[in-house]
Amino acid sequence: MSAPLPAGAGTPADFRLCPTTGRRIHLPGEALVKANAVVSIVALLIGAVAAILLVLTRWQAVHLLPAEWYYRVLTAHGMSMLIFFIIFFEMAVLHFASTALLNARAAAPRLSWAAFALMAGGALLVEAMIWGGKADVLFTSYVPLRAHPLYYLGIILFAVGALLVVGVFFANLVVAKRERRYTGSLPLVVYGAVTAAIIAVITLLHGAAIYVPTFLWLMNVDPQVYRLIWWALGHSSQQINVAAMVALWYMLGALTVGAVVLNEKISRLAFVLYILFISMASAHHLLVDPGMGSAWKVVNTSYFMYMAVLASMIHGFTVPAGMELGQRLRGVGSGLFGWLRRAPWGDPGFSSLVFSIVVFGFVGGITGVTIGTEQINIIVHNTLRSPGHFHATVVSGTAMAFMGTTYYLIPLVFRRKVAFWGFSRVQPYLFAGGMLVFTIFMTFAGSFGVPRRHWDISFSQAPFDVQFNPAVDLVLAIMALGGLTAAVAALGFVAVAVTSVFFGEPLGAITEGVELAGVPRGITHPPRHRPDVDRLNEELHAGRGAMGPAPGTLVLVFIFLAAFILYFFVNWKVLSAVWKIG
Amino acid sequence: MSAPVTPETHTGLDSPVGVWWKPAHRAEKLWVGIAFAWCMVLFAMMPLWHLKGGQNPSGIRRRTDPTAFYQRTQEFIAQYKVGTDRGMPIVEPPPGSDIYLAGMTFQWTPILRLRQGAEYTLHISSLDVNHGFSLFPVNVNFQVVPGYDYGLRVTPTSAGDFRIICNEFCGIGHHTMVGRVIVVDTAGRELARSEEAR
Repeated sequence: MSAPLPAGAGTPADFRLCPTTGRRIHLPGEALVKANAVVSIVALLIGAVAAILLVLTRWQAVHLLPAEWYYRVLTAHGMSMLIFFIIFFEMAVLHFASTALLNARAAAPRLSWAAFALMAGGALLVEAMIWGGKADVLFTSYVPLRAHPLYYLGIILFAVGALLVVGVFFANLVVAKRERRYTGSLPLVVYGAVTAAIIAVITLLHGAAIYVPTFLWLMNVDPQVYRLIWWALGHSSQQINVAAMVALWYMLGALTVGAVVLNEKISRLAFVLYILFISMASAHHLLVDPGMGSAWKVVNTSYFMYMAVLASMIHGFTVPAGMELGQRLRGVGSGLFGWLRRAPWGDPGFSSLVFSIVVFGFVGGITGVTIGTEQINIIVHNTLRSPGHFHATVVSGTAMAFMGTTYYLIPLVFRRKVAFWGFSRVQPYLFAGGMLVFTIFMTFAGSFGVPRRHWDISFSQAPFDVQFNPAVDLVLAIMALGGLTAAVAALGFVAVAVTSVFFGEPLGAITEGVELAGVPRGITHPPRHRPDVDRLNEELHAGRGAMGPAPGTLVLVFIFLAAFILYFFVNWKVLSAVWKIG
Repeated sequence: MSAPVTPETHTGLDSPVGVWWKPAHRAEKLWVGIAFAWCMVLFAMMPLWHLKGGQNPSGIRRRTDPTAFYQRTQEFIAQYKVGTDRGMPIVEPPPGSDIYLAGMTFQWTPILRLRQGAEYTLHISSLDVNHGFSLFPVNVNFQVVPGYDYGLRVTPTSAGDFRIICNEFCGIGHHTMVGRVIVVDTAGRELARSEEAR
């Protein structure tokens, strides 16, 4: 893509030409991407070490940590992963999408660095408070549990920094448009990033609304009001992840198999549905709370009649369908699933993308919608089914997509070869496999009523004995093995990323069509379309009748729908067997 | 990524050229339509279950004051106490009555003795921080928020010796917070644990 090169700010010396994509890369903008990505990976390291300690404690036969440290490490795991790892990475994505993807410049590098410093300082403060034992309140810090005021201050500083970056992102877009770095509408990937940024504004404002009064400890922050507004931060921040992840799905599809946009209108409308409805999902956490009535719960938990679920089901079709069509247009694969069989499975960017879509959809999505149903939540709330669900969305979905993206950022942005290439190629399989076992068995344990956030389900110090079904011990052991596998794969990923970035072999010239260790196939064999791609596209659209241009994907989404229907109604059946409550 | 001579077909990394508001293929429309219909089913199930189903988190909900709730629980205990277990009062209220359960770090009080098949209005609240009411092994869960009285109409449909696990983190002793509910069968007999266990 060649954008008109405008006169305007940013001296030519500030740019480099990307040899792979032909884009003009603004170096100050690229430095911001690098810094945020690196800090994000450091947070992942802390979170992954914490994860290992936690699974070794919940594995009842090992029961590693003492009670106090279990809750402390659990607090650190939540903050490091859900907030620091993910949001720093999203900041990198915002800088990347608003500069590199648009051939544009970073409009306010100094402000961006100040924001970065605020976020990093806030994160350090929070980590210091947690590890110092001053904030044993878990991720949610429900009042009237109380942490050291500096803990809340750290989160506020972090959130202010993040809000500034979102502001810079919008400014970058305006400047790029004014300097005519791109023509027409924003690319779909950037449009997805805009969606994430808008949801981020909603999220961070709610964060300020609840953490500022809590920091000042304005007495009588009502516990129910706290839960309501806190979850407008806690859950909505996961919706930033969803939007960012879907944007990266479109990007990785394009980079690895030349995925095309099936229909801009449908994909963009789906993003708009996210903006309009997805933030209502904070209700998912309040379904069995005393503060709200059923009408409120039903309307909110369903994102106003499941409009955000509709959006995800649309992306769940259009992303793989775009990949299928991208393959078919380049003549790769025949029959219903040849495009999948002949896909670049050894490219960690591609395998991460596929696992991210599949586990997010089949495990995270189906369980999430089901347990977010008002009544079904009665047999789910605060059991292990809940973290079983969100580890499938936010870890197997979002983190997996971020990892896949990193395998491309290393050569494209850091201009290094990916280290430990042999391991890197199998890392997505290890991570996704481990997470799949972990989330399924965690969910399974939860359906026996095993509580989440609980140090000792043998209840050895409790006044009354509680004896879980003996199967639970086995289920938790398998869960722990899955979790350990995934955590080791995550640590391996950290090692790959850190080694590549700081000690990696610089990326030399790439000869197109020649395999090169340490470089994903999407870069050595860019999935370019033929000059007559439009004609082929017309033919594929016209030739298959009702099955359309992506018949394989159509079959897959109906399998997904069948699984969804089955899981949903099985849960109603299980619910109908418990005590009568109303 | 697409070659410059073919501007129409493009990836998500490129700006669409010209007007991109175009009709979708009918396969895509079909999926959107089916997904929409399924969303309506998902939605309809909730109001439907309020009408026809036996398990809803509706209840009688009102604000309360921890001190007042504690006093009401003490009156309730004094009125219907039939014994103690490990120093904790066992309370047997008549079917149909309002019953009270208070969560506090790190215990549930009192022990309830209920009758299978009888309906009670179970008022739950917390005297200090958030707690989680998790009935074991039935697996029924509710959030217990200080300052709020959650009055749930409950009919035990199975008899036995049940536990209430706290499943909301409430402090360092969280994992020791276990209460007890005894449900006698319709003939008034207390069942041994083994017969009730699922």
